[in-house]
Amino acid sequence: MAEEVLVFGTWSSPYGRRVEMALKLKGIEYKYIEEDLTNKSPSLLKYNPVHKKIPVLVHNGKPVAESLVILEYIDETWKNHPIFPKDPYERANARFWAKFIDEKCLPAIRKACWGEDQKEREKAAEELSKLLQFLENELEGKRYFGGGTIGLLDIAANMIGYWLGVFEEASGASELLTREKFPKLFNWANEFVSVSAIKESLPPRDKHVAFMRKRFGMVNTSK
Amino acid sequence: MAHEVVLLDFWPSMFGMRVRVALAEKGIKYEYKEEDLRNKSPLLLKMNPIHKKIPVLIHNGKPVCESLVIVQYIDEVWKDKNPFLPSDPYHKAHSRFWADFIEQKVYDTARKIWATKGEEQEVAKKEFIETFKILEGELGEKPFFGGETFGFVDIALITFYSWFYTYETFGNFSIEAECPKIIAWAKRCMQKESVANSLPDQKKIYEFTVWMKKYFGMD
Repeated sequence: MAEEVLVFGTWSSPYGRRVEMALKLKGIEYKYIEEDLTNKSPSLLKYNPVHKKIPVLVHNGKPVAESLVILEYIDETWKNHPIFPKDPYERANARFWAKFIDEKCLPAIRKACWGEDQKEREKAAEELSKLLQFLENELEGKRYFGGGTIGLLDIAANMIGYWLGVFEEASGASELLTREKFPKLFNWANEFVSVSAIKESLPPRDKHVAFMRKRFGMVNTSK
Repeated sequence: MAHEVVLLDFWPSMFGMRVRVALAEKGIKYEYKEEDLRNKSPLLLKMNPIHKKIPVLIHNGKPVCESLVIVQYIDEVWKDKNPFLPSDPYHKAHSRFWADFIEQKVYDTARKIWATKGEEQEVAKKEFIETFKILEGELGEKPFFGGETFGFVDIALITFYSWFYTYETFGNFSIEAECPKIIAWAKRCMQKESVANSLPDQKKIYEFTVWMKKYFGMD
């Protein structure tokens, strides 16, 4: 049966790119639909009426929403190149850290780069440092979060692997993820973006930096 | 294989209750350890150094944290009895989506109903009702969110039922009047021993909340 896979996303969103990374890793053909979030398409509203957000994966007409839910769906549907461990304890570990990244790291990154005043940004940067240290420890003895190959948690950490660098550059924030402070994480980020399925899924960097700078401003004065 | 299962918990926590329900559903014997959250045990701090929160499930010495992560773990380890999730990927994703919706939408709003007053409380009540009306829509005519059988989404939501009297009393509104299907569903769930034995009495939760507000000077 011919398979139809659609991905609704926006070019700069890490969440949408997570879905594309997983599909590319598994060699799944899909059609990408760019959404204008200020003018959402009838299709997006039909496929995700509850949240009206991207990303949405539509597989043979059936929609799946929420990036981490989509990643697990992709792994369970297309069994080649597994991205999720089989062992229940390792799966629980990956789910725990993915949640940690989304609920704790992402808000801290945004505040550290674009918080309202310097005090808030410094406080968020300190908080982010503590959070990144946990992830640094998690990489102990591993090339990727997934072990020897890229896994679900590496994809979920894409914000840290690539977007953080773009945000730093765009906002002028002092380097939040440095080789000195977090050698394993720094190394991981470089390895992560070198994997071809990941590299192909990243937004064009210059365009991305310019876009973020325009949208949020360069709030951090040079040190 | 011998299983040693310990649950670090706090009796009024709707998150801890989810794990209690899951363990009961699978018939798992475990040791329950009550935590005093004003004086966290060295064991809790060692087993959940990142968040320092309950619930924590300790299985053969290894900790699992975050209630819905724990519930899925329980389902995957003890997979032969009462599965919580459907077997096909699409319906599984559907269940996970709705559990995530509950995670995103219920707790913070519900907390504001008993913890705040005036305009903030009114906004919270309105959001709470909207959220539960959406959930009513998803439930439809099914006996459970899982369909014919009690499942993952039911476990994620039912534990908030023990707090309904608290929300209704502080918020001065009736959840049944706004969302009768939700109450009918909750009562159906409460007929299950695993649920009834895992949820504290609603009045006890209310008394606890009254005490907590006084203790923390939230009145």
